[in-house]
Amino acid sequence: MLQLTDIEKVYQTKTIETVALNRVNLTINKGEFVSVMGPSGCGKSTLLSIMGLLDEPSGGILELDGRPVKSYSDKELAHLRNQKIGFVFQSYHLINDLSVLDNVELPLLYRAGVGGKERRQRAHAALDKVGLSARTTHFPSQLSGGQRQRVAIARALAGRPEIILADEPTGNLDSVMGEEIMDLLLGLHRHDGTTIVMVTHDEQQAQKTERLIRFFDGSQVA
Amino acid sequence: MLLSYLKIAWKVLLRRKFFTFISLFGISFTLMVLLVVYAMYDHTMGPHTPEKRVDRLLFITKLELWSDHSQSNSGASYSFLDRYVRPLRTPEKVSIATDGGSLVAYVGNQKLKLDTKSTDGEFWQVLDFDFLAGRPYTVREVREGAYVAVINESTSRRYFGTTQGVIGRFLEADALRFRVVGIVRDVPASRMLTTADLWKPITVSTVDLRDPSYLGPCMAILLARDAADIPTIQQEFRQVVSRVPVPDPKAYTEVRVYAEPILGNLLTRELFRTTGPDNGTGRFMALAFGLSLLFMLLPALNLVNLNVSRMLERSSEIGVRKAFGATSGVLVGQFLVENIFLTLLGGVLGLGLAAGVLHLLNGSGLIPYAHFTLSGRVFGAALGVAVFFGMLSGVYPAYKMSKLQAVQALKGGTN
Ligand SMILES: Nc1ncnc2c1ncn2[C@@H]1O[C@H](COP(=O)(O)OP(=O)(O)OP(=O)(O)O)[C@@H](O)[C@H]1O
Ligand SMILES: [Mg+2]
Repeated sequence: MLQLTDIEKVYQTKTIETVALNRVNLTINKGEFVSVMGPSGCGKSTLLSIMGLLDEPSGGILELDGRPVKSYSDKELAHLRNQKIGFVFQSYHLINDLSVLDNVELPLLYRAGVGGKERRQRAHAALDKVGLSARTTHFPSQLSGGQRQRVAIARALAGRPEIILADEPTGNLDSVMGEEIMDLLLGLHRHDGTTIVMVTHDEQQAQKTERLIRFFDGSQVA
Repeated sequence: MLLSYLKIAWKVLLRRKFFTFISLFGISFTLMVLLVVYAMYDHTMGPHTPEKRVDRLLFITKLELWSDHSQSNSGASYSFLDRYVRPLRTPEKVSIATDGGSLVAYVGNQKLKLDTKSTDGEFWQVLDFDFLAGRPYTVREVREGAYVAVINESTSRRYFGTTQGVIGRFLEADALRFRVVGIVRDVPASRMLTTADLWKPITVSTVDLRDPSYLGPCMAILLARDAADIPTIQQEFRQVVSRVPVPDPKAYTEVRVYAEPILGNLLTRELFRTTGPDNGTGRFMALAFGLSLLFMLLPALNLVNLNVSRMLERSSEIGVRKAFGATSGVLVGQFLVENIFLTLLGGVLGLGLAAGVLHLLNGSGLIPYAHFTLSGRVFGAALGVAVFFGMLSGVYPAYKMSKLQAVQALKGGTN
C-alpha cells in the first residue's frame, strides 16, 4: 500500500545539513502492523511525516496504492490525508481552542457528506474506545499528558482511516494504559484490517507487531 | 462548517482580548469617523426633504462680473434670472427665490427672530416639503402679491403655541400681517439653499423685482425632467450666458454664472475658492476618495500585521488541520470568515459609536433643526467597508499560511 524507494530527507539550516533519512527503501503492505524502533534523532518521526503526506521527501519516490504521491495535486493530497490516513503525533498537537469532542471531530469536519450528528456520534465512539467518554467537554489544557495522548489517538480513529501512523502513541502512558492502547491498535488491525505503522521505544510492544523495522542514523538497519 | 468556524473565531477573539481590542478599536473608530462624515455629507447634500430629487436639481446662486483686474460678485438679481433663466427650454421647471432674509415677530413681549425666504410659486413645485397642515401658496397668489406665508413647525409652536388650527390665522412680523396657509416640517439649517422659518411670496418682499443690474439677492433652482438632462440644461444655460451683454464693458469682460448641482454649488466652490467655470467637484471627489482610502488603509495595514503574527501563533492549528485533510482553500476560507466576523463586529461597533455621536450632535443644537440619521444607504456602505477591510487584511496572511507544508506549520511555520 505504501512503497518507499530511495527516500531521502535532508534538513538544510544555515550552519549544518542534517540527513534525517538516507535512501530508505521500504514497503508497507495492506493490512500490516509494522513497528519502527531506533534511537532518538534517527529519523523515525521524519519517516512517518513523509508516509503521512505531511512533508515532502528531498529525494526518492513515495508511492501510495501504486501511484507516485508527487503526481497528486494539493487538493488530492488533502483528500487522501482526510480519507486514508489517521496520524497520531508524538506531541499530540491538539487544538487548544477546541473542546476534546471538537478536536476528535476534526477529520470528519473535512469530509463531505458527514453531518453534524454523525460526526458527534463517531467522535463519541472513538473517545469511548480510548476510555475518555467522560471528558468530552474538557479543553486540552485541562487534561493530563496521557489523556491528551488518548485524545490524539481517538482523533486518528474517528475518521476510520485505512492507515494509522502513530508516533509513540503510548509514550506518555503508564504500562496499564499503554497495554490498553496497544490492544486497541491490535484489535483495529485484526478486525478492521487497518494498516498500522507505529513508532515505539518499547521492545515488548514491538514484539507484538507483525514486523519490526529498526532505524539508525537515517537508515534502516533491520 | 460555518458554525464551527464562528465558534473557533469567537474563542480566539475572547482568548486574545488585547488583540481583539486593538483590532476592534481600529476598525470601529475608523468606521465611526467615516460614517459621521458621510452622514453629515448626506444630510447636507443627499436626497432629503426638501431637496428629495437632488439628482435632478441645479442651482444658480452666484453671479460674478469678471475681468482679470477687477471682479464683483454676489447673488443674481431677480430680473437677470427672470430674463435669462426662467425662459430656458430644457428644464422642467424653474424657481426664483431670495438667498434669505429675516423678520422679527413678537410673542407677547418676547422677540422672535425668523429666518425667511421669499420665493415664487414654482418654488413649491420644484422642491418637496413635508406639509403638516395646509398647502403652499400658489403662483397666482405670488403674482397678486398676497400676504400669505408658509411656516415651519417650530415657528408655529413658538408663535401660536401649537400646530393645530393655525391655518388661516395671522402672523405679524415687521408690521406686516401674513395669513398662514401652510405648515411644513422643520428643514435643517444645513440645507442652506432652502431652509427658513417662514417662506413668503417674493412679490411682498423688499426685493426690487425690476432692478436691471445683474447682481442681486436672488438665486434660481432648476428642476430637470430627468437626472440625465442635467448636462443638456447646463449646456443651454452656458449658451444663453455667452450672449448676455456685459453691463460695464470698460470694467468687466465677462459675466460668470453657472447652473450647478448642489455639491459643486455649496461645497466645492467654497472649499477651493473658485469662481471660474470649473467648480472643483472632480478635485473634491478625488480628494475625498483618496483621503478615505488612506484613512482606511491604516487600520487595514495594522490588521494585516496583527493577523500575520496571530497566524504564526496558530500555525500549529493550521498544521493539524492540514494533516487531517483541510485544503488550502478551506483554510483560507476559515481565516477569512474569522476576519470578516471580526471586522463586522467592528463595523457594528462603529455603527453604534457613530449613532451615538450623531445623537449627541443632534441634541447639541449646533446646527438648528438638524437631524442626522444613519440611513440604510449609510449602513450598507459601512457593511461594505467592513467586509472590504476583512478581505483586505485577511487574504494575504491566510494565503501565506495555507501554503505551508503541514509539518512546517506544526513546527511553528518558520521554515
Ligand atoms: N525542521 C528540522 N530542521 C532541521 N533538522 C531537523 C528538523 N526536523 C528534524 N530534524 C533533524 O532530523 C533528525 C531526525 O529527526 P526525527 O524527529 O525524525 O527523529 P526521531 O527519530 O523521531 O527522534 P525521537 O525519538 O527523539 O522522536 C534529527 O537529527 C533532527 O535534529
Ligand atoms: Mg520522533
